[in-house]
Amino acid sequence: MTDLAAFRAETRAFLEANCPVSMRSPVRSDEDICWGGRNWRFQSDDQRLWMERMAARGWTVPTWPKAYGGGGLSHEEAKVLKEEMSAIGARQPLLSFGIWMLGPALLAFGNEAQKLEHLPRIARGEIRWCQGYSEPGAGSDLASLQTRAEDKGDHYEVTGQKIWTSYADKADWIFCLVRTNATAPKHLGISFLLFDMTSPGVTTRPITLISGKSPFCETFFDAVKVPKANLVGTLDRGWDIAKYLLTHEREMIGEGGSGLLGGRSPGQMATDAIGLDATGRLADPFLRADAAMAEVDALAFALTMDRYKDEAASGGRGVGDRSAILKYAGTELNKRNHELMMRAGGHEALEWEGQRSNDGSLPRAWLRTKANSIEGGTSEVMLDIIAKRLLQLPSA
Amino acid sequence: MLILNEDQKMLQESARGFLESRSPVSALRKLRDDRSIDGFDRALWAEMAEMGWAGILVPEEHGGLGFGYVGAGILCEEMGRTLAASPFLSTSVMAATALRASGTLGHQQRWLPGIAGGRAIIAAAVDEGRVHDPAGTALAAERHGNGFLLRGSKAVVVDGHVADAFIVAARTAGAPGEKDGVTLFLVDAKAKGLSIERTIMLDSRNAASLQFDGVEATGADILGETDAGYPLLEVMLGAGRAGLAAELAGIAAESFGRTVSYLKERKQFGRTIGSFQALQHRAAHLFSEIEIVGSAVLNALQALDRDANTASLAVSVAKAKAASVARLAAQESVQMHGGIGMTDAVDIGLFMKRMQSASMLFGDVSFHADRVALARGF
Repeated sequence: MTDLAAFRAETRAFLEANCPVSMRSPVRSDEDICWGGRNWRFQSDDQRLWMERMAARGWTVPTWPKAYGGGGLSHEEAKVLKEEMSAIGARQPLLSFGIWMLGPALLAFGNEAQKLEHLPRIARGEIRWCQGYSEPGAGSDLASLQTRAEDKGDHYEVTGQKIWTSYADKADWIFCLVRTNATAPKHLGISFLLFDMTSPGVTTRPITLISGKSPFCETFFDAVKVPKANLVGTLDRGWDIAKYLLTHEREMIGEGGSGLLGGRSPGQMATDAIGLDATGRLADPFLRADAAMAEVDALAFALTMDRYKDEAASGGRGVGDRSAILKYAGTELNKRNHELMMRAGGHEALEWEGQRSNDGSLPRAWLRTKANSIEGGTSEVMLDIIAKRLLQLPSA
Repeated sequence: MLILNEDQKMLQESARGFLESRSPVSALRKLRDDRSIDGFDRALWAEMAEMGWAGILVPEEHGGLGFGYVGAGILCEEMGRTLAASPFLSTSVMAATALRASGTLGHQQRWLPGIAGGRAIIAAAVDEGRVHDPAGTALAAERHGNGFLLRGSKAVVVDGHVADAFIVAARTAGAPGEKDGVTLFLVDAKAKGLSIERTIMLDSRNAASLQFDGVEATGADILGETDAGYPLLEVMLGAGRAGLAAELAGIAAESFGRTVSYLKERKQFGRTIGSFQALQHRAAHLFSEIEIVGSAVLNALQALDRDANTASLAVSVAKAKAASVARLAAQESVQMHGGIGMTDAVDIGLFMKRMQSASMLFGDVSFHADRVALARGF
């Protein structure tokens, strides 16, 4: 047996013995996701057990080094783990911005003390992070952000406002882009700071979206004191980290494009609602034709993520600027899939409140996807990046 | 791993170099304008055979390279880039696949060395009607004494007018529309009662219509199983579809590459047109789609190398995706070239023509999207 086959057998046995049965069902809504953090209330004992058991092996962050709470798995091993988890329908034990975004940035840019302080607490689900990027005047043009951090000798003093801060009201810490140099060109005066959301001067206000949910906040900083040790990387060079992190964010958001609701594609979901005809085809031919192309596109897109990761893992080019392709194609696909699911749902997908529809989970999810092609860089910004950096088309 | 290994990368590089110098788009143009009788360059095909291309899927014991489908797909893609004319798809991809998978040693010994050596051309005669429909096979093979009499017709037989033999899908039982009752016959091009009429296609690709008026065949001419030839037919078609998907990927990539160069060159309103955001975004969208095609095609080729009997979903995903994106690429390429893109003097329109035939052959986007949906339970 090869090492990888042995790893697969061992992983399968571990998951079989340790993944509670209730954690092997599809995530129905945001509330089913374990985000962790100081204020986290586990939905069930199973959710807690599953997170703790996986964290103990470092498998909440399988590819991070063991020294920082990770599993130390290779790319190939992590792929096996993912496959084995999906084979039994296992949920992610823990999801967070710490895992997706800050972790990779700290691994690349943080100093040893920062890595040791923050990474294990992310891996164990103890600290929940939020991202302080966008501002009212700095959306697509993120580098024009105005929140400033003044050097007060032994600390920085942060004043300003962020917007679209995901789950700021539930987060424990924030990683935040701040202006530390007002005279330098806009990309060269930005720094990357970490601070505790319970610091005096931090307030948050949830924003209600068209989905009726409030996953985002406005976040205000009024002379917040931040220790100087919490600066990541070099002063004024935070834009490099921001860009690196955005690359990860785009990859992650793009990945949502093939993350089908409950593991089922729109065509498969429509089959439950509409049924098949005598030839085994979905009984609505118009919907079927569109769902079939969406299925083709989703399968081909998922293969592209695999290919980029395989290329990176085999020492070829990393994903890099191609994350813009994943972000663009993945989010457009996700929006399309939700449109198809609304068609499949028909009148039933109009219900907003009530048990039957799980409080309108389908239409709320549909509306939420409209932000996919806006958050983390709009589709238009992605196309700009592809045109300029990958195709080298000239500027105006 | 969805990446090329070192041998495959080397093949890709050498194929690109060879085709760019020996079979550029101008070579196709010359074949067309000279009204070449063969429709391809026999001397060039002999050179390709010498490099091992003709026998890339032929096992080594029969004189081939046994290199596999990823390699065959690389060649299809590169030939798509330069619109190279050759019997590669019909003979080296489809016929070699059918012979290899048939398990009929006599036929293998008779034909495989010739394929590998570039001496034998064998074409697949499958479709009869308006669109690809292998189960709809109606050409009848009626039992006659110890053998069969073939009656009926075939259309768009790729390389049909230059073939030495045909692999013919015929009905020995059942009714058109049924998968059971189809049998594959190897029929010599000189067989009595067989008439061959060349079809001049829009892309200058070689094809023919065949008419079978009581062509005699015996049990020894059967490839695979009698009445149950459909699975073997599917395997042969799978290879052809994947080859075409790879060719479409090459067509899309080259057409796009030429268009991006043009966007960087052409000036209007005092600036290069590639600086207009309206064009940049369309180019960026198209590039994203072409990247995605590459993944689907490589996956299909690898799936064929793993097991040609179970690659059907992967192949249909690749063909559907490649055909729809190559269409977008061809349309955007002509549009972004503007008026000059409409002229015969510029190559870009030739890619649109090749795209159309490669898209239609062995199942268009609808055909393959339907198969994907069925495979996924709807």
